[in-house]
Amino acid sequence: MDLQILLLLGQDGITNGAIYALLALALVLVFTVTRVIFIPQGEFVAYGALTLASLQTDKVPGTVWLLLGLGIIVALLDGAKLLRERRYAKLPPLLIANIGVPLIAAAGLFAMPPAQLPLALQVLIAMLLVVPLGPMIYRVAFQPLAGASVLVLLIVSVAVHVALIGLGLLFFGAEGSRTPAFTELSFELAGAPLQGQTILVVVASALLIIGLYFFFERTLYGKALRATAMNRTGARLMGIPPALAGKLCFTLAAAIGAFSGILIAPITTIYYDSGFLIGLKGFVGAIIGGLASYPLAALGAILVGLLESYASFYASAFKEVIVFTLIIPVLLWRSLSARHVEEEEE
Amino acid sequence: MKTHHDHSVILEVRDLTVAYGKVEALHQVSLTLRRGEIVTVIGPNGAGKSTLLAALMGLLPVAGEIVYLGHVQGREREVEYLVRHGMTLVPEKRELFAEMSVEDNLLLGAFDRYRTGHRDQIETMDEVFELFPRLDERRSQLAGTLSGGERQMLAMGRALMAKPKLLMLDEPSLGLAPLIIKEIFRIISALKESGVAILLVEQNARAALQIADYGYVLETGEISLAGPSKELAADRRVIDAYLGLAHKN
Repeated sequence: MDLQILLLLGQDGITNGAIYALLALALVLVFTVTRVIFIPQGEFVAYGALTLASLQTDKVPGTVWLLLGLGIIVALLDGAKLLRERRYAKLPPLLIANIGVPLIAAAGLFAMPPAQLPLALQVLIAMLLVVPLGPMIYRVAFQPLAGASVLVLLIVSVAVHVALIGLGLLFFGAEGSRTPAFTELSFELAGAPLQGQTILVVVASALLIIGLYFFFERTLYGKALRATAMNRTGARLMGIPPALAGKLCFTLAAAIGAFSGILIAPITTIYYDSGFLIGLKGFVGAIIGGLASYPLAALGAILVGLLESYASFYASAFKEVIVFTLIIPVLLWRSLSARHVEEEEE
Repeated sequence: MKTHHDHSVILEVRDLTVAYGKVEALHQVSLTLRRGEIVTVIGPNGAGKSTLLAALMGLLPVAGEIVYLGHVQGREREVEYLVRHGMTLVPEKRELFAEMSVEDNLLLGAFDRYRTGHRDQIETMDEVFELFPRLDERRSQLAGTLSGGERQMLAMGRALMAKPKLLMLDEPSLGLAPLIIKEIFRIISALKESGVAILLVEQNARAALQIADYGYVLETGEISLAGPSKELAADRRVIDAYLGLAHKN
């Protein structure tokens, strides 16, 4: 065993761990605010990566049709409510946001070959196509069930996951994609090569985590999300609608997922169903944090990344087994050490 | 704070009935509340007092008619709508955000005002601190670490951050020491002077009738007595059931 391999593996582990950490944070956020165990979190990773890959190969990503389809359903659901309450003034913005914007996006993609655009713009377009799916999925699948039990929400979550996987196969095909690296820079660290892309992933993840921290600590909307997670009744009495909080945190989750996907697209080949396994590893991190603590979830996820990386070297056949077996001692430790607080359920 | 002289009706409830499944918790309750007035609903534990407030706040499905600010509340009664139009509830359990500072709790009280473009939170918070100097001293402390009296003050301060037209208080004296209760009730009286209408639900009938203008007695889901609070306080039945022992003490 030499130091070079150890460093290389560690580098790999931290890169993956950073992505798992982002996903773990999104899972904790969604669960604490809406009580949804968000299985489809990983699908946003795949959708983000594959949408970018489609754009770069000059294809119109199928994501835009999903956006339009979901947009129409949301417009129908909310439009019917507005009509019933005779709030006609709110109809045009609703239609523009949910149907008009996806239509313009589709038209724009057909009119302009996206492959010639600069990379930053492609990334932006991919984000704009994937992120609105988050709040739309919340509106269609979860908002009508906001009061349901965690189990019912989990079942819906699995259904959404299966639907997104199927649609992913339809949109992006069965073969995987890998986008060109964002940067060709390369350094050397104690004899081991250090890719610029690796640094980019870690730095971008760190920046995003810092950004999230400021959002939750410094802005009233961020505080409103934390308040909803702490005390749902209290938050409602302050005029923080659960639907608003839900949409906001699903938007964040989708943005974190798509962003992670775009970050790792140049490092690993992403298939339509790759998101699930990636999301699941983020979930192990979130479980280490008890689905409640953000710092513990992030650290747990980085641990998962490191463990995975070393396991793939020493026992590559058992890589996944080792990573997911980690959850057993963690659960044992958590159930033995947890204070058993009486949960007051409404 | 300036005194208001507008005494128009702010809340009119007619034949309000609330049922949990087949069990009726409230049966045909009617009451009226005017601006600048304190109305109290007293009654024993389990009479449906908290249910009444939760129903008015849009947290429970109801039968009957609720007219708030001149508008008949239709089926789409939503908490968010009522909050935006100046109705606030300080619940019995306080429902504070325990892991947040006093200051953040207060700021969140003004969430809907912030959302609708108002940016006067700092001034409003200063007014709240004037009313509850204790909260100012504790402003960076976590809400979960406050004493019972301070929690009640924070819950009330948080509600005031929304600049309410109608403030509903559910058992503000519950579990508090007599001195603190006195302080809380003094502040409730002071709030009345600022023109806010107050609906006060209390088991502590004596303290409530002392500061209220009008009172209702709620027993097993029905209004059994109503009248100006001075008359209620002198009523034989009220004295026997709710004030008797307290008088001897």
